[in-house]
Amino acid sequence: MSAEPILSVNDLRVGFATEGGLLQAVDGVSFELQSGEVLAIVGESGSGKSVTAQTIMGLTRSKNSRIEGSVTLEGEELVEASDATLRRLRGDRIAMVFQDPMTSFNPVYRIGRQIAEAMRAHRGDVSKQAGRARAIELFEAVGIPEAERRIDDYPHEFSGGMRQRAMIAMALALEPEVLIADEPTTALDVTIQAQILRLLGNLNRERGLATILITHDLGVVAEVADRVLVMYAGKVVEEGTLDELFYDPQHPYTWGLMGSLTRLDRPRPKRLPQISGAPPSLLDLPQGCSFRPRCPHEFAECSRVPGLEARQDEAPGHRDRCWLSAEQKRAKREVEGRIGLEAPAP
Amino acid sequence: MSEPLLEVTDLVKHFPVKRGILIDREVDQVRAVDGIGFTIARGETLGLVGESGSGKSTACRAVLQLTKPTSGSVRFEGREIAGLSRRGMRPLRREMQMIFQDPYASLNPRKRIGQIVGDPLKRQGVASGSKLRKRVHELLERVGLASEHYNRFPHEFSGGQRQRIGIARALALNPKLVIADEPVSALDVSIQAQIVNLLDDLQDELGLTYLFVAHDIGVVRHISDRIAVMNKGKIVEEGSADQVCEHPRDEYTKKLLAAVPIPDPREARERAGG
Repeated sequence: MSAEPILSVNDLRVGFATEGGLLQAVDGVSFELQSGEVLAIVGESGSGKSVTAQTIMGLTRSKNSRIEGSVTLEGEELVEASDATLRRLRGDRIAMVFQDPMTSFNPVYRIGRQIAEAMRAHRGDVSKQAGRARAIELFEAVGIPEAERRIDDYPHEFSGGMRQRAMIAMALALEPEVLIADEPTTALDVTIQAQILRLLGNLNRERGLATILITHDLGVVAEVADRVLVMYAGKVVEEGTLDELFYDPQHPYTWGLMGSLTRLDRPRPKRLPQISGAPPSLLDLPQGCSFRPRCPHEFAECSRVPGLEARQDEAPGHRDRCWLSAEQKRAKREVEGRIGLEAPAP
Repeated sequence: MSEPLLEVTDLVKHFPVKRGILIDREVDQVRAVDGIGFTIARGETLGLVGESGSGKSTACRAVLQLTKPTSGSVRFEGREIAGLSRRGMRPLRREMQMIFQDPYASLNPRKRIGQIVGDPLKRQGVASGSKLRKRVHELLERVGLASEHYNRFPHEFSGGQRQRIGIARALALNPKLVIADEPVSALDVSIQAQIVNLLDDLQDELGLTYLFVAHDIGVVRHISDRIAVMNKGKIVEEGSADQVCEHPRDEYTKKLLAAVPIPDPREARERAGG
């Protein structure tokens, strides 16, 4: 890609000292985010997707964490930035929306006041009236009905979906360039989820907001993402454009994820294809490829850690960590039938 | 057709809304379950699907008499159980068991797995001593756990394994009916399929009857023979799983189905454009 990325993450490594030893939650993650792009990071619990997001925001800094590598926001280094610098950037240029909007607001203050306060913390000259007016404007932008009345409500007076909208409104208050949304719809009902996803899509298109969407749900990914990273045990195991990933998935873990989906648009299979076993403990990773113990296609090469490489000339941006060649993958994927999402034979 | 295993008619559960400091006045009612009815035949799976607040969990609890229904009838093997006392329900508890959503909260953290799974057997006086141990080992193996897990504590297990423990406990007394309330929604995607397949296998082998409750209509459709859709305390549509998902008749069901994201970018684009 030619354009200068707005955010670039380079060989990010995040470890936590635990009683059981050093837990490497994020192990060499690199990616670039262009302005106006939606990048989805997909993975299960323990894959490192949330820790990656939190580290970009500077939220994993602590005595027992070790953060290496680099995160730059338009050239400005964040990993080594002072806490004061991070405080200045957070909210202002890069904002985050969390899974649980109930715990992200202070329950004893009115929502509108909390949004105005966030603005005043960064732009001291915002008057009370101006802050309130802006909060109303934001509520309208994210589709909260009766905005003028509702900004004087307390968080508990909002439903889950409305609370998530309010949190997005707060994140947008200072017009950040980058929005990180960590499972923003996981706690919501599907009908509400669809509305929130539409909202995120509109914000991205209309304001050119660069978005990192952290999720475990490939359906959500298909609806909004431009590019996708699949993470497993702290590493990126596959990355590509939305279509590359869905129509030509390269990593057996990605095949497994896609295969095990229950799909309403397909006849139901007798049995759900499943990935056997469970994700490994980060304190006791298998030697070589981390997915190896669960992979039905394991062979001798897998005892060495595969690099994240493009393996097809025609798709240089589509990279994966699997030793199988592209031809071998194609053959093996066919055997697994449902995987790869090719249209079923008539 | 033979007699259904479970027959629920006009089941109602209202919760009073009370106001007042010294004297509680009932000012309103929450109609959590507002007159629902369904039957489940032996060996069949009925999926109960709905969004949060639709009343599906309250319906389960009212069926099992874990909460006293306001009115209505619940017949198990032809016998009325609505309104039975705890003591009256006791022998029936062997026949109907429940699997819960949160595998982290539904296991006592201070008990070993062997105790947790064996507890129903002991309480109901079914087995003790070496017979009990043998049965627990059998159950652990049946749900895909190893014998060496017998002496471990819940915190040593992953979410998927804990759900297996919950299933083993539910199966300990050879129940006829198993009510599963969101059994996979707290699990990782790659583990969900394992648990769904396990429930499928157990049904085939043991002839179980399931009431499978979930908000994820994709999972419900996969496992169920028939689906009932709940909204605001009422069942708005019921039919065979494929019929409900492919040719929904009710407006709410249509809305629910249309909101489920399709994991296929081309179709998603088409849907967004059209």
